[in-house]
Amino acid sequence: MNSEWLTDFWRYRELLYFLAWRDVKVRYKQAALGASWAVIQPLLTMVIFTLFFGRLAGVPSDGIPYPLFSFCALVPWTYFSSTLSLAGNSLISNSSLITKVYFPRVLLPAATVLSGLVDFLMGAVFLALMMIYYRVKPGWSFFLVPLFLGGMVLLAFSVSMILAALNVRYRDVKYALPFLVQIWLFVTPIIYPVTFLPPKMKRFLAFNPMAGFLEGFRSSLLNSHHMDWRLVGISVVVTAFLLVTGAIYFRRTERSFADIV
Amino acid sequence: MSQTIAVEKVSKKFVLGALQRDTMLRERLISMLSAPFRRRSAPNVLWALRDVSFRVDAGEVVGIIGRNGAGKSTLLKVLSKITYPTSGEVHVSGRIASLLEVGTGFHEELTGRENIYLNGSILGMKHGEVTAKMDSMVEFAGVAQFLDTPIKRYSTGMRLRLGFAVAAHLDPDVLIVDEVLAVGDTGFQRKCLNVMDGLRSGGRTVLFVSHNMAAVENLCSRCIWIDAGQVVMDGAAREVIEAYMKTFANARESMADLRSVKDRRGSGEIRYTGVEYLNTSGEPLQVVRSGDSLVIRFHYHANKPIPFPSFGFRLYTEFGTLVTDTSTWHHALDIPLVPPGDGYIDLHIDFLNLLPARYYFSLWITGAASPVHDNIEYCAQLEVELSNVYSSGRMLDSRSGIVFFPQRWKVNESVLAGASSKIEET
Repeated sequence: MNSEWLTDFWRYRELLYFLAWRDVKVRYKQAALGASWAVIQPLLTMVIFTLFFGRLAGVPSDGIPYPLFSFCALVPWTYFSSTLSLAGNSLISNSSLITKVYFPRVLLPAATVLSGLVDFLMGAVFLALMMIYYRVKPGWSFFLVPLFLGGMVLLAFSVSMILAALNVRYRDVKYALPFLVQIWLFVTPIIYPVTFLPPKMKRFLAFNPMAGFLEGFRSSLLNSHHMDWRLVGISVVVTAFLLVTGAIYFRRTERSFADIV
Repeated sequence: MSQTIAVEKVSKKFVLGALQRDTMLRERLISMLSAPFRRRSAPNVLWALRDVSFRVDAGEVVGIIGRNGAGKSTLLKVLSKITYPTSGEVHVSGRIASLLEVGTGFHEELTGRENIYLNGSILGMKHGEVTAKMDSMVEFAGVAQFLDTPIKRYSTGMRLRLGFAVAAHLDPDVLIVDEVLAVGDTGFQRKCLNVMDGLRSGGRTVLFVSHNMAAVENLCSRCIWIDAGQVVMDGAAREVIEAYMKTFANARESMADLRSVKDRRGSGEIRYTGVEYLNTSGEPLQVVRSGDSLVIRFHYHANKPIPFPSFGFRLYTEFGTLVTDTSTWHHALDIPLVPPGDGYIDLHIDFLNLLPARYYFSLWITGAASPVHDNIEYCAQLEVELSNVYSSGRMLDSRSGIVFFPQRWKVNESVLAGASSKIEET
């Protein structure tokens, strides 16, 4: 049964690309500022964070200039959080497709996860400019960046599958989502470095898989300090668990989507 | 012949109301908490399909008919894997394309070209295939000039043509079509029918749901009639359609009384209650004959004052071909207010130019802001009897067509003169 699910996914890969392409196209067509939104959003957040956390509260930043420190985490975080919000609603907002034509339903959250990467790229270009400005050179660990990014993409996909499927049955998810994303921001080392936390809290942090990937992303890109491989390892395990759970839950509920949505 | 569709004892259950109730977690929690103290109300179960079985061979074109809510659309959705049966099995072999709607997934902001790619890939076409067929699709839709315009600027007709253009180029082994033809003008409908005819001659399997009995009869060799989720009859198209249309005729006794008709739509603020046939002096008419003058009186009942209603009447042949559609709106007849209570409105027909046959009609009433107050399909029949329409003593019947016009034949004088001289000679 599960292999059929995977082959179907593969057979419809072109549709996945088209759905993602549609998302990107529509997003940039409707907005007057177009692609620049992908930069403006993390940029303004970075300014606020620098002002309140970096200057006023004096949150440390592992010896990296605070603006770069926070922006480096905000670019992937913006990708992650906006993907959750969009993908969580992807089945509901495409209900006309679901009730009229057959295709693997999982393509809808998957397409959102993919299309968000375009925004991420825009942000990444700006991040590179900032690194040049602050004269921060990445080391050999730069080659680990795609791995952490891949981890985040898989994590976003796993959580999106669960949220999207839940949302079909319980519309509460739509209201809970912004709140969930907000809380998640604070329990992820974006504003602060992992080193800022006492060891006791660090242990809890490990169960937020975004913590390991983000911290890994930042330290490998900015070459700030030694990688916390234990944290990363736990993130990988938790993500794998979420991916399997999410796929099973989605698979089990998708048959009724067209009847409920 | 090889078999492409096998439906085995398929049933589909819907629990009415329950879905609505459960979509909010809060409601669910409340019902869980209060469950011990309250007797659970029996769920309202609807069997959209019940033990439906049939097989379709490759190359067959099968029509599916039935009233609204009979389960036709659910059947198509089960066949296209959009929804899953509660029990039973469905096997479809070959590339399947289902067209439950024209232009599925169209996005307003995207251009015509972009939407062709998107729609094509949603319907299961490969990118290269769409590119290869692009010119032909654009030509079919007749939107060449607007190909790079966002479709939010398109008219409804253009959108339809574009959607159908993509669908027409799908080239599937099995095509499932739901009432697509109900929309669009006659030119467009003819185009759609031609495409389906092309598929048929190309040996493809087509399943076709429609209320247009004429189209079903023309296209399909076989017909399946579904009512209340069950197969009532499955056989040669003409026979099934005839049997199906007869069920409307059985309602003849209730014809004068439309109050008991359940299968109707609309707000119900004003309803048709009955139909009467009268002659021009207002006496009941026993027999309606071709060429008669008659008055059809529609009785109605309004629950409250109805501002600016439009009364409408659609006449169909026995096979569902629309003969005419007329209404007070077409005549710009404004009725400022219909007071509550019973009343009637008369349709005067000066010259009934229908040939002898059995006709059916549908009635509707809409309001000022155009909500439908009442709409009853095939609610009454009109039996038109033979008459000496051309005063020639030669009778016309349904084989002569649907209508006749006031007409004369005139033979060239010289032909007659020549002929009479020939006769004299012999």
